[in-house]
Amino acid sequence: MFQVRIHGRGGQGVVTAAEMLSIAAFLEGKYAQAFPSFGSERMGAPVAAFCRISSREIRLREPILEPNALIVQDRTVLEPAHALEGIAAGGYVLINSPSPIGLEFDGLDGVTIKCIGATEIAMEHLGKPLPNAVLLGSFAAFTKKIKIDSVIEAIKTKFSGTIAEKNVAAAVMAYEKIA
Amino acid sequence: MLQQLEGSRAMAVAVGLCRPGVVCAYPITPQTHIVEDLGEQVRSGRLQNCDFINVESEMAAISVTIGSQAAGVRSYTATSSQGLLYMMEGIYNASGLQLPLVVTLGNRSIGAPINIWNDHSDAMAMRDAGWVMLFAETNQEAADLHIQAFKIAEETCIPTMVCVDGFILTHAYEQVDLPSQEEVDDFLPPYNPKMQLDLAQPQAIGTMVPPEYFMELKYEVHENQKKTVAVVERVGAEFRKKFQRHSGGLIRSYKTDGAKTIIVTMGSVAGTLKDVADELGDEFGVVSVVSYRPFPTDALVAALRNATNIIVLEKALALGVGGILANEIKLALGGSGQKIRSIIAGLGGRLITKALLKDCILAHDGDPELFLGLRHDCVNSLKK
Repeated sequence: MFQVRIHGRGGQGVVTAAEMLSIAAFLEGKYAQAFPSFGSERMGAPVAAFCRISSREIRLREPILEPNALIVQDRTVLEPAHALEGIAAGGYVLINSPSPIGLEFDGLDGVTIKCIGATEIAMEHLGKPLPNAVLLGSFAAFTKKIKIDSVIEAIKTKFSGTIAEKNVAAAVMAYEKIA
Repeated sequence: MLQQLEGSRAMAVAVGLCRPGVVCAYPITPQTHIVEDLGEQVRSGRLQNCDFINVESEMAAISVTIGSQAAGVRSYTATSSQGLLYMMEGIYNASGLQLPLVVTLGNRSIGAPINIWNDHSDAMAMRDAGWVMLFAETNQEAADLHIQAFKIAEETCIPTMVCVDGFILTHAYEQVDLPSQEEVDDFLPPYNPKMQLDLAQPQAIGTMVPPEYFMELKYEVHENQKKTVAVVERVGAEFRKKFQRHSGGLIRSYKTDGAKTIIVTMGSVAGTLKDVADELGDEFGVVSVVSYRPFPTDALVAALRNATNIIVLEKALALGVGGILANEIKLALGGSGQKIRSIIAGLGGRLITKALLKDCILAHDGDPELFLGLRHDCVNSLKK
């Protein structure tokens, strides 16, 4: 089982990102379970969402406490949301930031960190600071746990028309930047 | 067709496939996405011959549903928590009038203190109201149980509620195999009311009944509810045969053959408990109660017969008394000599984790009642 936790702020499409990731995994014939953190969600408040991906049926309903990968859609939640808590050894951390961020992982081997200016890419393609689909593009290249084609299909499932097209273009650009 | 979608949407599609003639609802978290989707189905024309009625409260929602069902129309509503409490007068009337409406309950705690998160307090507040109450473990079951609910309700004239864990199921994306309209039409015949208000032949329902008859009518509803055990079981078997899925029936047993300890529960936490039972080994099994009402006494006694230890884990509490399901299981197993422990878990959305469950299941301190993850420091500070 591969477990992904997504952090960000209300209004950035954190929950939608988890849902799209689950759709992408489903399209690859895997079992996937996505769910929000069930807080009193408000615009701008730190929020989290979760996605489990497995080749077997997923029965577990607890929140993801030891993620194999983290997507941080807003670097300002890193501390207040304890976003890095529980990251598994060998895990992936993808952070929305145009410049590298130094992070300390005590006693953990092989955690890799990647930063990408997803908001800048979103502004270029969508004209809005919505980094969720963009980061899924980079996530596909970074972790290789999901194919970019599946991410594209998932984006098209959640969005339609020009919004879908623009998000796909942004995700592909983010994919190519990391790949 | 197999799809990856939100639980609320899967349930809304399943309800739509049952062709309700009236959907009347008032929004309340975490149920709202279900009726929003049904509203969209009616607006877009995907759900034909259905009136979607907006009302000002849950009391109005249940009243409209009772009225339309009495007029011979298949009727549906959904609610949660305080919304169900506000409906309560209508809830009892629906069963007393023997009107087979179907309601989804997105399970949520009851205030005060106000709390929007999941537990089963709302469902337990109506356990004696004479309804069929079915609990879903997954969104597949949640969708499938709705299709069975209309059939059970209409065959028995008992209103039926499908209980789904708020947020944990309603807001979760997972894969659900949704049947076609033809398949559902083949399983669920058009509603053929046994009683129907008709302007051409005016009659009254729900009139005053004096002491000479009241007890007889309640006795009839009570006996009817007991007989419904067989109907829930049969409809579950019919569903399984037609759709090749075991989602329904009275109870579901997992790894119970040879298990010395069996954990009994209801709803989505059964999934986590199955993972825990796998990790603990062959001596541990899980039984989930699908049909909480009618209460499947015989099926439970048979499933639990060979276990030495029984642990009842539930997301509700009779204040001052203890576990509600635990006490019902104790009654069912009366005098068997089996050790029965009660675990109260997940109240107001408190986390239920595998680690906490394992500790609690393996604890042999003899405590017959335990609150999973209770913060004793917090309890002590509240005393001051």
